[in-house]
Amino acid sequence: MDHDTPDHAGAGTGPSTPEARALDAPLAEAWIRALAAAVDVHQRELTDLDSAIGDGDHGSNLHRGFTAVLAVLDALQPADAGAVLGRTGSTLISKVGGASGPLYGSAFRAMGAALPPSPATPAEFAGALAAGLAAVRRLGGAAPGDKTLVDAYTPALAAFERAVAGGAGLAGAASAAAEAAERGMRATTPLQARKGRASYLGPRSIGHQDPGATSTALLFRTLADVTG
Amino acid sequence: MKKLINSPESVLADALAGVAAAHPELAVDVPNRVITRAVRPAAPKVALVSGGGSGHEPLHGGFVGPGMLDAACPGEVFTSPVPDQVLTAARAVDSGAGVLLVVKNYTGDVMNFRLAAELAAEEGIEVRTVLVDDDVAVRDSTWTAGRRGTGATVLVEKIAGALAERGAPLAEVAAVGERVNAASRSFAVALTAATVPAAGKPGFDLPEDEIEVGVGIHGEPGRRREKLRPARELAAEVVDTVLADHDLAAGDEVIALVNGLGGTPLLELYIVFGEVAARLAEHGVTIARSLVGNFVTSLDMAGFSLTLTKADAGLLELWDAPVATPALHRS
Repeated sequence: MDHDTPDHAGAGTGPSTPEARALDAPLAEAWIRALAAAVDVHQRELTDLDSAIGDGDHGSNLHRGFTAVLAVLDALQPADAGAVLGRTGSTLISKVGGASGPLYGSAFRAMGAALPPSPATPAEFAGALAAGLAAVRRLGGAAPGDKTLVDAYTPALAAFERAVAGGAGLAGAASAAAEAAERGMRATTPLQARKGRASYLGPRSIGHQDPGATSTALLFRTLADVTG
Repeated sequence: MKKLINSPESVLADALAGVAAAHPELAVDVPNRVITRAVRPAAPKVALVSGGGSGHEPLHGGFVGPGMLDAACPGEVFTSPVPDQVLTAARAVDSGAGVLLVVKNYTGDVMNFRLAAELAAEEGIEVRTVLVDDDVAVRDSTWTAGRRGTGATVLVEKIAGALAERGAPLAEVAAVGERVNAASRSFAVALTAATVPAAGKPGFDLPEDEIEVGVGIHGEPGRRREKLRPARELAAEVVDTVLADHDLAAGDEVIALVNGLGGTPLLELYIVFGEVAARLAEHGVTIARSLVGNFVTSLDMAGFSLTLTKADAGLLELWDAPVATPALHRS
């Protein structure tokens, strides 16, 4: 569970209950930096998963994107969480290419745009995560079961929302989301891909874990790590 | 991996520097990764912008020049360009007559070009997009991302480029591009897999005596594996596969493209073309125009693709129009 302090609540403007720790600029930046580090550690694994059913560049593309994101964060020090996520998104769109650049870039941009200027409550952050998924689905057109990142994101968002509705703080909700994302990630293995390059393989895509769902599981796991 | 590179990270920048050094008729913006014509068209005209992952050369940069593209946006190897590149290109070449984006149907390309088109439209640039999806190896259904864009891209860029050069409005240029795409079907066979420099090893393992049938141009495996057979049998099977998905009848005319995937000698491509011509003759289909060579490659992959475009007098006249690009030249 969450153990909040007045510092984290954002200069006294945030919510007062310990469960309602807010997502502020430092926490958002810590999340993105943790995600960048996770992409670095798992780069080879992501690329190997992508070699099996795609074109073998998921790890290197995300690595290139998050390296650029770190440079932007170092230089800019965005004022609020929305700006951190928005800049992350626009940088990914500018630097990655492929499908993962626009998809993750649009997700982070939509999250950033959905956040209030003041530190976000867990409920407000749930709304931002929902906006991120909506952006992914609008741009990519994927539905659950298509063997894409949507298969990790959708259950993660549902778990996050359930936890918040049940009174959980950021840490509890993020932890539930991370577990749900990892379950969703593993559940992509028996699926036949219907979107992206893996879909060209037809039944030959069955038996391989989706690389996009794998990187999305990292996204929620690092969120749990930095809020926990 | 044996490759003529300096480092896997600098492949694209180093290659663009080479393009700039070799082709003074092109303007190469290496930092922004945009290739345009060095000399602008004299009169305002619809500008054609294309792009895609690198590794398919001469596509697309080799087709920039009078009679074809106005700009090309090369992405990382097998990775679509980013929206900024496409937007930079559109700004550079728009003369007020609008920009036609020629996009191969891959998830990443479609998304990045779509984001770029939205940004360009916000700046007041009139943009239309032609999506190329000619590869019959992929079933076009809700179960896939749709058919891939392959060899037909060359024909779309050539024919739409010719019409644009004559001053036709954007809607007409887009319409002829869509018409060429709709009239085209392609299919590819690989003898070896491509090696992406950053990966350092072939995209898939293929035994010495086996081929990958229905392969794409990004190192992804194909529809199925078969034993290698004589060129005559392979060519006949590829012709029959393309025709099975085409609305061609005996007496029809086609533009036939036998395209090398990067690692196959021209000698073998001509052997294949001869067998393709013989098989088409058996079907009663006439080859009105032909193109043999490496145009839409997949790095060092050995193999070929066949593209058949149903031709009519109008398309042939545009196909025959002058073109002056590094990879396609006709006066």
